[in-house]
Amino acid sequence: MSMRIAAQEADFDVAAELARLEGLGGGGVASFTGVVRGGDGLQALRLEAYPGMTERALHDIAAQAMARWSLLGCTLIHRHGTLAIGARIVLVGTAARHRAAALEACAFLIDWAKTRAPLWKQELFADGTTRWVEPRAEDGAAAAEWDASAEHGKP
Amino acid sequence: MIRLLYFAWVRERIGLDGETVDPPADVTDVAGLIAWLAGRGGGHAEAFAEPGRLRAAVDQSFAGLDTPIAGAREIALFPPVTGG
Repeated sequence: MSMRIAAQEADFDVAAELARLEGLGGGGVASFTGVVRGGDGLQALRLEAYPGMTERALHDIAAQAMARWSLLGCTLIHRHGTLAIGARIVLVGTAARHRAAALEACAFLIDWAKTRAPLWKQELFADGTTRWVEPRAEDGAAAAEWDASAEHGKP
Repeated sequence: MIRLLYFAWVRERIGLDGETVDPPADVTDVAGLIAWLAGRGGGHAEAFAEPGRLRAAVDQSFAGLDTPIAGAREIALFPPVTGG
């Protein structure tokens, strides 16, 4: 059981983070990297965090994944502050003896990080205007699916 | 006394990232707190006009709007989260 959790402004080293997971002795490592998507005049994304609570919420989400799947370790790193297009926002990584647990837990971690951690995205446009991102209904539905699968005794 | 924290557009509309308040005794839950704050008018009224668009955390745990506030030290009010 090895969790690495961080809420930070600094970028992270994906190769080093995955190498840590690969070193845990399992047969599979899965990962997801979220990146700032460009388009529609977007210049940058600003992520607002709740100092203290954000990292604790990420920790609780990771502990849930460790409890629900047979993982050797997981990584959940979320950035905040102003991020340029193409910048990494979030890294989820999981290590398990077999791929199914690693892949499922990875999907769970990003679904819950999107909907159960106190973080808010604000879009900054080239013309100087800003817009707070609205939550997407499908993100809420994806996160809730994991509740439903827990109620049915899965995985 | 309760420490309030505001995030995202709640913070922008109020123009503060937080404040310390001493709500009257008839304010017993988060929804009541929101209604009491909205009654101050100005940015507070604007931020808290639609309680259905607000979420809360009591002492750094997510909490429904019907959560009692007795004994709470820190309450955060914010829009639905959009990380990831």
